[in-house]
Amino acid sequence: MEDRPKGYKILKKQVLSDVTKLMVIEAPQVAKKAQAGQFIIIKIDAKGERIPLTIADFDREAGTITIIFQEVGKSTMHLGTLNEGDSVETFVGPLGHPTEIKNYGTVICVGGGVGIAPIYPIARALKEAGNEVISIIGARNKSLLFWEDKMRAVSDELIVCTDDGSYGRKCLVTEPLKEIVTGGKKVAKVWAIGPAIMMKFVALATEPLRVPTIVSLNTIMIDGTGMCGGCRVPLKEGAQFVCVDGPEFDGHAVDWDGMLGRLQFYRDEEKIALERFKHECNLDKAIGRQ
Amino acid sequence: MAELTPKERMAISRQEMPVQDPKVRIGNFSEVALGYAMETAVNEANRCLQCKKPQCVEGCPVGVKIPQFIKALREGDMALAVKEMKEKNNLPAICGRVCPQETQCEGKCILGKKSQPVAIGRLERFVGDFELSNRTCPLVKASPSGKKVAVVGSGPAGLTCAVDLGREGHDVTIFESLHVAGGVLVYGIPEFRLPKSVVHAEIDYAMECLGIKIKTDYVIGRTLTVRDLLDEFDAIFIGSGAGLPTFLKVPGINLNGVMSANEFLTRVNLMMGYLFPEYDTPVKIGKRVAVIGAGNVAMDAARCSLRLQRILSGGSDPGEVHIVYRRSRQEVPARDEEVHHAEEEGIIFDFLTNPVEILGDERGAVRGMRCVRMQLGEPDASGRRRPVPIEGSEFDMELDTVIVALGTSPNPLVFVDAEDLQRSKHGTVIADQTTGKTTVEKVWAGGDVVTGAATVISAMGAGKRAAADMHRYLSA
Repeated sequence: MEDRPKGYKILKKQVLSDVTKLMVIEAPQVAKKAQAGQFIIIKIDAKGERIPLTIADFDREAGTITIIFQEVGKSTMHLGTLNEGDSVETFVGPLGHPTEIKNYGTVICVGGGVGIAPIYPIARALKEAGNEVISIIGARNKSLLFWEDKMRAVSDELIVCTDDGSYGRKCLVTEPLKEIVTGGKKVAKVWAIGPAIMMKFVALATEPLRVPTIVSLNTIMIDGTGMCGGCRVPLKEGAQFVCVDGPEFDGHAVDWDGMLGRLQFYRDEEKIALERFKHECNLDKAIGRQ
Repeated sequence: MAELTPKERMAISRQEMPVQDPKVRIGNFSEVALGYAMETAVNEANRCLQCKKPQCVEGCPVGVKIPQFIKALREGDMALAVKEMKEKNNLPAICGRVCPQETQCEGKCILGKKSQPVAIGRLERFVGDFELSNRTCPLVKASPSGKKVAVVGSGPAGLTCAVDLGREGHDVTIFESLHVAGGVLVYGIPEFRLPKSVVHAEIDYAMECLGIKIKTDYVIGRTLTVRDLLDEFDAIFIGSGAGLPTFLKVPGINLNGVMSANEFLTRVNLMMGYLFPEYDTPVKIGKRVAVIGAGNVAMDAARCSLRLQRILSGGSDPGEVHIVYRRSRQEVPARDEEVHHAEEEGIIFDFLTNPVEILGDERGAVRGMRCVRMQLGEPDASGRRRPVPIEGSEFDMELDTVIVALGTSPNPLVFVDAEDLQRSKHGTVIADQTTGKTTVEKVWAGGDVVTGAATVISAMGAGKRAAADMHRYLSA
């Protein structure tokens, strides 16, 4: 518990695609406790918002956490402009419950888009626990794919697909998933992390086959400790908080339409913030050129 | 100047506190009550009769030396006034603003029997504010004891406990889960009641004087557990508050536009949502808002809503804000002053009204709320008359925002890996009322985590009592 100045340093930055970036952040107190399936909350600066990001990797000895994010809004785009040596104001965690890792038998890990990042430590832990791990990763196109090698290294079998066929199989991740679970293989459990809509269709695909399916939800959040309830996810019965009850949920218990609806609540404001940020960036560039 | 006679003192009327005009203040988040000037403060202080057996002190949960600080103030010795104040209260600029003085010190003031009590709260604020800008009386740390203390939570209970232990020479570290210190003082109480600059200044001043460390971004229960803290510290105080919101159990509670008062106030206060998009955290407010509940938090949420409506609409047709409460005006738990301010600002109170369902549109957003009229029946366990629905009185309110302010309970996260720490069925920590000692050796607790949601000053009182007992333990 050493004293440190406020701020968490970005030790490494890697561009995985035009819109996907990896950062290794120095946060020993988070790394010490981090486990697969958990998340952190990051706030860039004094005026920043608190956003949850799932832990993509951690190194307890180096005291670092790896995050991977897709630039979809103001905060992630702003984060993407930071470089090695820069710091973020707040980095808190690990939050949420870790994945329940044990030897289930044969398991399938599905990672879609930026969801490949958080599925990786889960697949790795499941492999280490003795499971036969079949992984399916997918993205809209080739340029959005990453960590194929890392996923291959922790999987007994890896299927790669893209929506447009620019790499691997041309299909959605649900297609190979259905083939495997209906193909006679006894699948004990499925993990799916990706866009909410992908997780919904994975859950819909496995539900009639009664294959337990865990999804990791990324909802709107502020404190991440159960205080605000903004992250609550409607379930088919009742509701729970993603931050303290999750982030993993039984995909078959989630009220997906309710959940997707809640994600849209601040869409107008997200747009305003993004436009404003882009405008400022353009101004900066223009001033820089002068 | 000759000493005033008691008769002359009693002839002075209670000095009014200047406030922002309601019409102006509903368009901003600046402080409503503007504070006394030196002259008015002295006039008010001159009203105090300096009772031999001051009842006011008995009414104060931390036992502030009220007659002494008032005497020093009116004699123009501000440094002494501060010193007398700080002997018992380390955070006067905060307490002077948010304590329910009418039921505490001022409620006991002898002058109140015949006319109006001395405005002790306003004088306390005056002394506190004076000290923040003049720093006449820094807190002094005793020589180091060599003992390490961890305080969980930097709200009123934790801060008070930390400061008292720091003064005794202990090495104190506060762990705070959010990115700034202050707890409910920064995430809950709005800027217009308690400016953040006052909270930050008060905390910084005390921490600097006493060398207390504050570790923000530490969620106890996740980043570290109570068990981890036990390995490293000689004593622990848990003052993690009551941060868990209570949601109404009615259909429609998960619709877009329904939020807890905690979420709404956190967006507005902690994250400065009223300054979006300059600050990144948005906060949405509809034209027709209902706040459910009538405690201080409900008043805060309603008054923030009103201001946001004005700011976002640019003043034209801003909309309306309702307080929906199932009991009557007599049972309202909020402070009179808060209710008065809310009414002045144009909040509409719907008493004896209970929500039964929140109504949504095809997009999953709030469009209204079905309510039932209530009447008061026999007294219930709380001694208040139980509200009972009037059959067939259902009606729909048209709404686009519903804020639920029905109280909070302790956040169980802090108890992860601390199963030995006994708790009540309400989730509150079981602790000795006078010492704050819990069922676990070396662990004390106080404030809302023990009592459930209460006041800032009662949490401070608990922090103080625990600090005294912890100091005894650490010195033994």
